[in-house]
Amino acid sequence: MSFITGVGLTAYGKHEGSSTLDLMSTAAQLAITDAGLKRSEIDGLLCGYSTTMPHIMLATVFAEHFGIQPAYCHAVQVGGATGMAMAMLAHHVVEAGLAKHVLVVGGENRLTGQSRDASIQALAQVGHPVYEVPLGPTIPAYYGLVASRYMHEYGVTEEDLAELAVLMRDHAITHPGAQFHEKITVADVMASKPVSSPLKLLDCCPVSDGGAAFVVSRDRTGEVGVRVLGCAQAHTHQHVTAAPALSELGAEIAIARARAATGIAISDVRYAAVYDSFTITLAMLLEDLGLAKRGEAAPLARSGHFGRDGAMPLNTHGGLLSYGHCGVGGAMAHLVETHLQMTGRAGNRQVKDASVALLHGDGGVLSSHVSMFLERVR
Amino acid sequence: MTDQTPMTATDWTTGAEAIVYQVCNACGSIQYFRRRFCCKCGSLDLKVERASGNGTVYATSLVTRAATPETRAHVPYNIVLVDTTEGFRMMAHGDNDLAIGDKVTAKFTKFTDRLVPYFERTKA
Repeated sequence: MSFITGVGLTAYGKHEGSSTLDLMSTAAQLAITDAGLKRSEIDGLLCGYSTTMPHIMLATVFAEHFGIQPAYCHAVQVGGATGMAMAMLAHHVVEAGLAKHVLVVGGENRLTGQSRDASIQALAQVGHPVYEVPLGPTIPAYYGLVASRYMHEYGVTEEDLAELAVLMRDHAITHPGAQFHEKITVADVMASKPVSSPLKLLDCCPVSDGGAAFVVSRDRTGEVGVRVLGCAQAHTHQHVTAAPALSELGAEIAIARARAATGIAISDVRYAAVYDSFTITLAMLLEDLGLAKRGEAAPLARSGHFGRDGAMPLNTHGGLLSYGHCGVGGAMAHLVETHLQMTGRAGNRQVKDASVALLHGDGGVLSSHVSMFLERVR
Repeated sequence: MTDQTPMTATDWTTGAEAIVYQVCNACGSIQYFRRRFCCKCGSLDLKVERASGNGTVYATSLVTRAATPETRAHVPYNIVLVDTTEGFRMMAHGDNDLAIGDKVTAKFTKFTDRLVPYFERTKA
């Protein structure tokens, strides 16, 4: 058994002058304090990577900097799925008795620590170095390819995708830490600058500075416990050229494994936290996970289904699309928000019932997937 | 082309006007990304075949925001995934107005300082 006992999150956007280690440290301290623990009680540490601070031993660099000497410690790299993969690993490390309190931390000055070009270029390297990268694709191009095919097969339109950008912005407006607070409409998304068709600027998450952290513990430390019910992964390919058919992508495999491991059905879920690097990512994952029927993510979003007061509140902090994306920390913010919702601490964003939550992370070009179910226990 | 060894075969990735793929002599699988072994069965017995350059468009994305000065000089450029008649999928460039399902044929063009495959609609 394991519990998420504390969470920490910085505002996303510009943190001029803050380094990767600064942002990680800030988030880590917030999470430890939130868990009611002392730094010395942390005996496990997992962290991701930073494109502005590449290092072969980032976890021990952080441990030394932060001032802890954990019994279990290393970095994890699964692209955008890193945060959820670390949550899954921390759960298993705690269950195996290797550590009592595992600190999971991500953070990066991805926006101010390098040029936007450098950031886009670094990320495009997830493409095949011989057969893809020489063709000049970008991450939006990889997802644009997938989007073109998804729209072709399921009759989804660009206006449909735009609904999801509008939804995430509506949520971000209610969170003071979000990168964007200006309301947008479907027309705004449609009129935004083309990036890589069919994706336009407002279909894409921003590049951000920020940090996020959480603590996974053997025993709950607060009155309300957030228990990890179970989790699963699936990895079908790395490069978009080698991706399987749309009907055989990893999200469906990961969620099926997680459902089998926990006995939880999608109809049991009351809150959803789903990776949303692009509007197409969110549309596909919602439908692959069974949170919407095929082609129906946008109509459901339009109807308010995924809003704070809807039947399935989704990414109430604004997601990667509007809270922001600082790399590894990006999707960890989804887990932080889920924890706040489950423990009734989401303030003006609080949903009625977040007793069971589904979280899903995606890395690469829908390459790596992690699904997790959380349950509130009193 | 069958006289070339699996790892030394020349194709567009090495600056030659050709698209090649590997065929496993043991299990018959084909693969586009060059390897020393068949990724289905592990056999080292591979031969290299030259593709016809014909195929069908699987997906497209017109890039208007590029990340480097070299690639920016080319925008907009259309990145396409093509399902070749030989049975493998490949990434390439293509005409800006290509649509999913179009039958296409490859030629070669310069992109930055590289030779790249470029697909046009197959002429009837």
